[in-house]
Amino acid sequence: MTIQRRRLLRDGAFMAAAIGASRSAAVGQDIDPESPPWVHEQGAPVLSPPYGNPSPFEKSVIRRTRVASAIPSVASSLTPLQDLHGIITPGGLHYERHHAGVPAIDPALHRLIVHGLVERPLIFTVDDLLRFPSVSRTMFLECSGNSPLWKSVPEAWTVQITHGLLSCSEWTGVRVADILDQTGLRPNAKWALAEGADAAAMTRSIPIETLLSEAIIAYAQNGERLRPEQGYPIRLLLPGFEGNTNVKWLRRLKIGTDPWETREETSKYTDLLPGGKARQFAFVMEVKSVITAPSGGQSIATRGFQELRGLAWSGRGRVVRVEVSSDGGTTWQDAALQEPVLSKCLTRFRLPWRWDGQPQHLLSRATDETGAVQPTRDTLLAARGANSYYHYNAIHGWRIRRDGVLLSAA
Amino acid sequence: MPSTDGASGGTECFSVRRDVLVCLAILLTAPVARAEQHQPLGIGRPPTAQEIGAVDIDIAPDGTGLPAGQGSVAAGAVLFAAKCAACHGAHGEVGDDSPVPKLAGGQDTLATAKPLKTVGSYWPYATTLFDYIRRAMPLNAPQTLDADQTYAIAAFVLKLNGVVGDDAVLDAHTLPAVRMPNRDGFIRTPNQPGS
Repeated sequence: MTIQRRRLLRDGAFMAAAIGASRSAAVGQDIDPESPPWVHEQGAPVLSPPYGNPSPFEKSVIRRTRVASAIPSVASSLTPLQDLHGIITPGGLHYERHHAGVPAIDPALHRLIVHGLVERPLIFTVDDLLRFPSVSRTMFLECSGNSPLWKSVPEAWTVQITHGLLSCSEWTGVRVADILDQTGLRPNAKWALAEGADAAAMTRSIPIETLLSEAIIAYAQNGERLRPEQGYPIRLLLPGFEGNTNVKWLRRLKIGTDPWETREETSKYTDLLPGGKARQFAFVMEVKSVITAPSGGQSIATRGFQELRGLAWSGRGRVVRVEVSSDGGTTWQDAALQEPVLSKCLTRFRLPWRWDGQPQHLLSRATDETGAVQPTRDTLLAARGANSYYHYNAIHGWRIRRDGVLLSAA
Repeated sequence: MPSTDGASGGTECFSVRRDVLVCLAILLTAPVARAEQHQPLGIGRPPTAQEIGAVDIDIAPDGTGLPAGQGSVAAGAVLFAAKCAACHGAHGEVGDDSPVPKLAGGQDTLATAKPLKTVGSYWPYATTLFDYIRRAMPLNAPQTLDADQTYAIAAFVLKLNGVVGDDAVLDAHTLPAVRMPNRDGFIRTPNQPGS
């Protein structure tokens, strides 16, 4: 044994090289499945690499764009919902929406200023914020531009394209209420301006009661510090509110009496109605669901048993019910909800199902704890017209052809 | 404790002692916990006027926050051609909805099947134009325009929309007084916080 160990130590460098060579050769090579090389040799050593990556066989599980933006820093990318399990989105797959790209912020130089109608304006370093009592919350984020299906429902769109501006993380940070407890608020404090440190100095006006209830300034996501795309070193989080109000790279909270009517709450992120007026400050993402497996663009290879899986969520609270139809909405069946079912968080639903080789039309319909039921596309369009652009939450699904191919269908 | 025999007696005795300890712990720690909630934690410090000034760039709809300075449509035309036209076109006519929006036109289209949302047809406040240009434009050099340049470019974009005349000069008094065509076009959503 000692001889073997000495030999191992002596040959360590050689062994590492051999392992590396063998592993790279193994991918994509003709392999005897009854005697694969990975049972006959040591696997890769620890720390290869120090920050781990997904298996090389999972290379297709990536964010994608719906259309190539003429200005790639002013764009969005979508989470591959069809490839994910459970409710947590890995940090590197969280959807992106940037208004001026991803700033490369040195946390030592970043500051948060809280001023305006406060008793004591304060400036904080990131290390200052880490000293506050911390809080963690698992919650979804959804861009209000998710599911742009107002004008048409393109049948070739996958769930990544139709619903991928949606992700869910465990966020950790400081209660905004705790910070405002330090600054104090003047009696006439009603709204706050949240501003980012990106090259758009992204700004949204937020009701003060929202900041005092559930708002968090997060510095961590799924156990690690925020990803740069998600606001490193700090971002605002408003559970249930449309994505863009959760201002990334947060540098300032200014307290005031009225909204600032910024570009992002007038020109953008307002819902144009049929009469020509527009809904403004429609912050809350309403109850919604989608079947992720099987889903658009996939092909069912074999008849018989398969589990239907999907996600449901509501910016108003907990999901209490998800129903699934396989006949285009004529009959519905309750799906099982995976615990924990959390408020303003993604909820995984499941239903045993068989494909009989016949055409089917799968749909899902969620209900939240306020009693709100996800509307049909016809109902939503009747209420909002086709030019709203934001806050589409209609029932969506997939038409299965006789050959097993799934196509997007309302 | 009167009970001296058996497991139950021992447990009872332990239980009482634990209760006393818990009570003592509450008495000792409660004042500290209360103090933490209602007294300053001593985290952070007051910002200097310079630190606030470096980021305090927002403009309210009533003009609060607008800096000294002024800019004319004529000056704005020159600046727009140099700094903006490459993306927006000479008259703000280039672009779709995103990422480059059309800057002019579209009035009286909001209730039609093909609405065109521009500064002139959709934006409710002229102050937003100053605020946005100063914080985010031009795309290749945001937050580099000075106050005069920002007033001038805002004046030119408003002129493209026929909202101000050819000889308009904007400053901290005239800009908030500009009435935008779609000023009353927005409905604060019912049952939303803050509405």
